Amino acid sequence: MTLAGTWRLRHQRYQLQGEVCEKCGSLIFPPRDVCPECEAPAKTPYTFSGRGEVYSYTTVYHPPAGFEEDAPYTVALVRLEEGPMVTAQLTDVDAEQVEIGMPVEMVTRRISAEGEEGIITYGYKFRPVLRRTRG
Amino acid sequence: MSEVEVLKPDRPVGIVGYGAYVPRYRLPAEEVARVWSGGHGRTPITEKSVPGLDEDTVTIALEAARNALARAGDVDRAQIRAVWVGSESHPYAVKPTSTIVAEAIGATPATQAGDWEFACKAGTEAFQAAVGFVGSGMARYAFAIGADTAQARPGDALDYTAAAGGAAYLLGPADESLAVIEASYSYVTDTPDFWRRAHQHYPSHGGRFTGQPAYFHHITNAARGLMEAMGTRPEDYTYAVFHQPNLKFPRTVARRLGFTPEQIAPGLLVDRIGNTYAASSLIGLTAVLDQARPGDRILLVSFGSGAGSDAISLRVTDAIDERRDRAPRTEDYIARRKPIDYATYARQRRLYVMK
Repeated sequence: MTLAGTWRLRHQRYQLQGEVCEKCGSLIFPPRDVCPECEAPAKTPYTFSGRGEVYSYTTVYHPPAGFEEDAPYTVALVRLEEGPMVTAQLTDVDAEQVEIGMPVEMVTRRISAEGEEGIITYGYKFRPVLRRTRG
Repeated sequence: MSEVEVLKPDRPVGIVGYGAYVPRYRLPAEEVARVWSGGHGRTPITEKSVPGLDEDTVTIALEAARNALARAGDVDRAQIRAVWVGSESHPYAVKPTSTIVAEAIGATPATQAGDWEFACKAGTEAFQAAVGFVGSGMARYAFAIGADTAQARPGDALDYTAAAGGAAYLLGPADESLAVIEASYSYVTDTPDFWRRAHQHYPSHGGRFTGQPAYFHHITNAARGLMEAMGTRPEDYTYAVFHQPNLKFPRTVARRLGFTPEQIAPGLLVDRIGNTYAASSLIGLTAVLDQARPGDRILLVSFGSGAGSDAISLRVTDAIDERRDRAPRTEDYIARRKPIDYATYARQRRLYVMK
């Protein structure tokens, strides 16, 4: 990813910011400026809650270039509670603990770093919902 | 000591929201001893927190800040006019941690953003500045965050304790706050007890010199200076939190100042999470706020090598009860715990040479 490309995607990556279609009300992620449901222009930002559940998953043992230091890691299709499906890494979880339907929440983590000298890219991952004693 | 004047803003200021973060992984001190001392010798704590491979000061500061915003409630992000992150482990040497955090919480673009450096006092230094920024009327809200993924030379005494964690405080008008800042006082000298030169991976320290002339001298003088000027005594405080590089130092300084073990126990987290450096005393304060009641008074005293201490006196308000459970408690993060061995620790801290 180029510097400009990383920079351009910062809101969707840091905040799960997508779009809402003003015509049919569809919530869109990732943002694409055109509603996939009704094809109307859709440029109004909408920030997703970050809550969802695992729709499916797989564990990567042979990672693509740039992700070697993280392997093995689990990638999931996460169904956001607002509807859209997102592909993302799971974090703070052991591969054998992951189940279809597991509730997850978005966290912002390091996605990749260009060696020791390049920029660090941050973005969304999902983890099992933090167990809380109260609240 | 000559007569001191406490720091007090023109407009009353308080904590509108607070939040903590502790990573999931723990390195038992026994593991360090197993590898480096043949399992002999006493360990300074039970275990320390270790960041995951995808965590750093940015991600830690950010989750703590999000928790603080959740507790604060409906805060207009455009009114957050400063995002300041204190750390000794900023991911970049040049490029602010704070711009990334500010962007992610939606505080950009009309905001100050800056990284603060003063060893373990960087977080409370930012806190003091944020109190002044809000108290002068320049900002409605200002963020002060302490976060670290502290480094230690493998096998060194600090390898047992150098940990990762963060605490974030959104300062704002006192009438919106869950705890009000009564006054503060800072005590700083040039004392070379611990340092890291440019481009060095690990810090150096003065061994026993880090005790009396450094930790104890500065914390004692900051705490006494504040309490004498305010006319308060240890028994006026329900809780006290001191910088906690190990278990022994905060217990000893509390006793010397006249605080009881009960007053410091709720904020003394070092035995279970280690020394989180710029977050150390600030994360102790989050655990205290998690259980404090309206009217409680809290004394917070940080310590940063180099060296100095900030002493801050707080009074908890009625707002604490409804805001506390809007975000995870610090104990929820401490309870989320996966022990790892030293080899896994070395991987997660990127101590293996890969190329």
